[in-house]
Amino acid sequence: MASAFTMTMSSVTTGNTAEETTHTKHSLFSDVIVIIGILALIGAIAVMLPDIDKAVGPHGIPSTISTDPGNLPYYAMRSVLRMFIALAFSLLFTVIYGLAAARSRRLGAILIPLLDILQSVPILGFLSATISLWLVLFPGSILGVEAASIFAIFTSQAWNMTFSFHRSLLSEPAELDEAAKILRLSHWQRFWKLDMPNAMIPLLWNCMMSVGGGWFFLTASEMISVNNHTYALPGIGSYVAEASQHRQLGNIGWAILTMIIVVVLIDFCLWKPLTAWAEKFRITSSGSVMQRRSLVLTIIRQSHLNDVLASLCRPVGDGLDMVTRSLGRTGSRWRVHSTRSRIGDLAFGTVITIAIAIGILAWIDSIRRGTGLDEIWHVLGLGLLTFLRVMLLTIVCSIIWVPIGASIGMNPHLSRIFQPLIQVLSSFPANFTFPLVTLWFIAWHIDINWGTMLLMSLGTQWYILFNVIAGASSIPDDLQEMTHSFRLSGWQRWSKLILPAVFGSWCTGGITAAGGAWNASIVSETVAYGHTTLTATGLGSYIAASTASGNMSKTLLGVTIMALFVVIVNRIFWHPLENLAERRFSLTS
Amino acid sequence: MNMIQASHVNTTFMSDKGEELTVLKDMSLTLQEGEIVAILGRSGAGKSTFLRTLAGLVPPTSGSVSYRGKELHGPNPGVAMVFQTFALMPWLTVKSNVELGLQARGVGRKERAQAALQAIDSIGLDGFESAYPKELSGGMRQRVGIARALVLQPDALFMDEPFSALDVLTAENLRQEVLNLWSNGEGKLRSILIVTHNIEEAVQMADRVVVLGSHPGHVIANVDVNLPRPRDKHAPEFEDMVDRLYSILTGRGNETMSKSPRTPNPLSGVKQMAAESPTNRMLPDATPGGLAGLLEIVAGYPDGIDLAELASALSFEVDDLFPLLDAGTLLGMLDVNRGHVTVTEVGHRWNDADILNSKVVFADIAMSHVPLVRAIDRALRQSRNGSLHGDLIVDLLRNKEPEDVARKQFHIAIEWGRYGELFDYDADDDILTLDEAAL
Repeated sequence: MASAFTMTMSSVTTGNTAEETTHTKHSLFSDVIVIIGILALIGAIAVMLPDIDKAVGPHGIPSTISTDPGNLPYYAMRSVLRMFIALAFSLLFTVIYGLAAARSRRLGAILIPLLDILQSVPILGFLSATISLWLVLFPGSILGVEAASIFAIFTSQAWNMTFSFHRSLLSEPAELDEAAKILRLSHWQRFWKLDMPNAMIPLLWNCMMSVGGGWFFLTASEMISVNNHTYALPGIGSYVAEASQHRQLGNIGWAILTMIIVVVLIDFCLWKPLTAWAEKFRITSSGSVMQRRSLVLTIIRQSHLNDVLASLCRPVGDGLDMVTRSLGRTGSRWRVHSTRSRIGDLAFGTVITIAIAIGILAWIDSIRRGTGLDEIWHVLGLGLLTFLRVMLLTIVCSIIWVPIGASIGMNPHLSRIFQPLIQVLSSFPANFTFPLVTLWFIAWHIDINWGTMLLMSLGTQWYILFNVIAGASSIPDDLQEMTHSFRLSGWQRWSKLILPAVFGSWCTGGITAAGGAWNASIVSETVAYGHTTLTATGLGSYIAASTASGNMSKTLLGVTIMALFVVIVNRIFWHPLENLAERRFSLTS
Repeated sequence: MNMIQASHVNTTFMSDKGEELTVLKDMSLTLQEGEIVAILGRSGAGKSTFLRTLAGLVPPTSGSVSYRGKELHGPNPGVAMVFQTFALMPWLTVKSNVELGLQARGVGRKERAQAALQAIDSIGLDGFESAYPKELSGGMRQRVGIARALVLQPDALFMDEPFSALDVLTAENLRQEVLNLWSNGEGKLRSILIVTHNIEEAVQMADRVVVLGSHPGHVIANVDVNLPRPRDKHAPEFEDMVDRLYSILTGRGNETMSKSPRTPNPLSGVKQMAAESPTNRMLPDATPGGLAGLLEIVAGYPDGIDLAELASALSFEVDDLFPLLDAGTLLGMLDVNRGHVTVTEVGHRWNDADILNSKVVFADIAMSHVPLVRAIDRALRQSRNGSLHGDLIVDLLRNKEPEDVARKQFHIAIEWGRYGELFDYDADDDILTLDEAAL
């Protein structure tokens, strides 16, 4: 992990790593730790690599895994590897898609709305559709299932990262953009000297969020039931599923403990040092921002790792610098606004419109042939039911967490204690606890139609809490002092200052929580413990059932309707609220 | 020798709504080897756009820009630029920032380090090579900006208001250093083009001052400055030159405020007033409070005061005063003539009124001098319940102005009307109502 971090670091700053290290003194102790870290990482990968594309035995891809707790460290490593392979693909996708959308006017007009829709598609629904594809691509090897799982994680990570990168590209300071052009940087140089550093901080935060949210999908995608057949990958997620099937409560406990250790370790070894390091990419020069520190980063800076990497990367960097020169310079030709480009626009628009029209017709046709058009009304009804659940849980979560979050956020002492805790909780995959909660539902005879809301909220409520804490902690001190000085009553304080001040962050949290809840409905409207299965009526269970039985056109219908619900709710409910927050309730005027 | 030449450049921008906005109108300029040229103008004159056109960063809509006889189709290869807010990459050290342009030209690691260190030395930055821009003061950052430009040994050094983000002392110090570099020939500079709104700066630095007029930007004068160097700011010739440029910039009263500046016959101006529609006079972006403050100060000088003096008394740039002066002349409270400003009868009436009365007086003045305020008031009185949607007014304005200008105009009119207690505006619901005091 340590070396993954320094790789990104050195590739961005090959020019100045040498100067940087002169600030800190070297220590032999740090060198030893870094070397041990690198060796451990190489060793772990060397152990796992041969297993990944192991040929399938005579019984085909295994459908069970061992639930011996001794296997947990290995399973956890496999899951972490899966997670970071997906993250690497997400980053690659982010850069390519973001650059294409930002640099080409025509592509941007298509790619960004498309991203908005992709973001709303319930990932778990089309897992089944992709797995058959991957199995064909990698025949006779477990790699196909592995790829399907990684793809599912990828689709849960990529969209918000791409949005963030695209937004950063479009909001580059105009003068820096002009400086890059007048200095005649090549496209390659511009990317490393301006685009990437400028996007670094928001992109990093989105990576953290993506990995946190990714655990949920990793857990759900390691053991996949498609077409009445179950595929199990060695991993911590399938371990929990297997243990739950065999009613092994103790083993579930071990898995939860392992997961907590994994989340904390990743935070310590990766996110802490990365966020501390990324502070140098902050553009605003105000010194009021809290200094971020990381033990791991300090150790790496004290070691000779930078020098070694710099001497290794410099020749490569210089070579790439020369080679990519042929790709051209940034802004080297003015954009022409001629009739030719207008005709091009028209042709492009026509082609896209026709493609969309054909897509919609093909969709309707496949529904008509697969399930009949009447099914649409049935599924819409189910969607409405799930919509009511999502709405209700968003309201209840807000009522519970907004006051608590605001209280924590306004108290620096409390927020120092709680913020890391909540960060861990929010990236802890809630579906680990599903077996336990299901057991409780069965024991107390709780109706799953209501209980599923609790399951859905287990993973998503943290977004609201987390954002509200962040929002409340940015309320200026003088406004808080004003409320004390003017002796505002408790209710006045909340209604005049605190609630309006956290409104914007509540919106951000709410839109994420609601989106997550839709996705979670697929795994939480149908839950099982041992041989008891509880099923709630709703769109989520509809999709889960059609996936398990391999009914493609029902799955397609369910997924489309769910995506439609999400897009429409965002458009008519959340976006106006966000606009209002921006206009009326933003603290910076 | 002609290095950079712009001929008959017109630039229009498209607003989001598809309206065309003319920024530069028929502008020509030739930059010769061996001269410092200053482009002087007020905000909105398109100075920076013109500089960027010459630098090849903004394409002209029509006309052409050429560098050493070759027409430009992209960034000008002979230009290095110094930016108003420095435009340093915050994540690169001083040395890496300075090296950036050399790296882009494919200069090897060793040579570019050497060249960068030399440039860093020559602008007095030695010892700061490995610092990040964040750690430096504004003046030091701009030194990095200058070093980054000089290291490329450009044919022309373009400076876009390079000292306006600095405090007065730092700016003066840095101006001297740039002039020293120029006269020593140390930076191997062939020409400098500097954009400024500071008249003294232009006179101090330039061999030639090109004065621009606003809305749209156009050249109104081309003045040679033949003062011996180093120039003494207190020499009478220097002060004469500053005064001359002041009067060119501000001299003709109607030019400073009306949208179509050319009104050769004063009668046609009167006719225009008679045939006025609410939209033919641009309201300057000034608040009544600021105007009151200015009036208070000018009223302290019974014979009026020179703009240069007024600006330095307030430690303002004269550019900052323009919107207030324009508002004052538009409302008939101030009289500006050849760089000299006096308070009129009307102005005194408002200035002498007490708090409650001053609102009434201001309302009166605004109603008689500002067609847009009058139009809004009239519309409100004619409406059935004394209220209107603000969008109605904006739509009306949008027939003649681009969207953002229309909105700006609307908000200025609202602010003036509110101050005069003529009408009230609820921004949430976009509703205009007659003020109770005006009923």
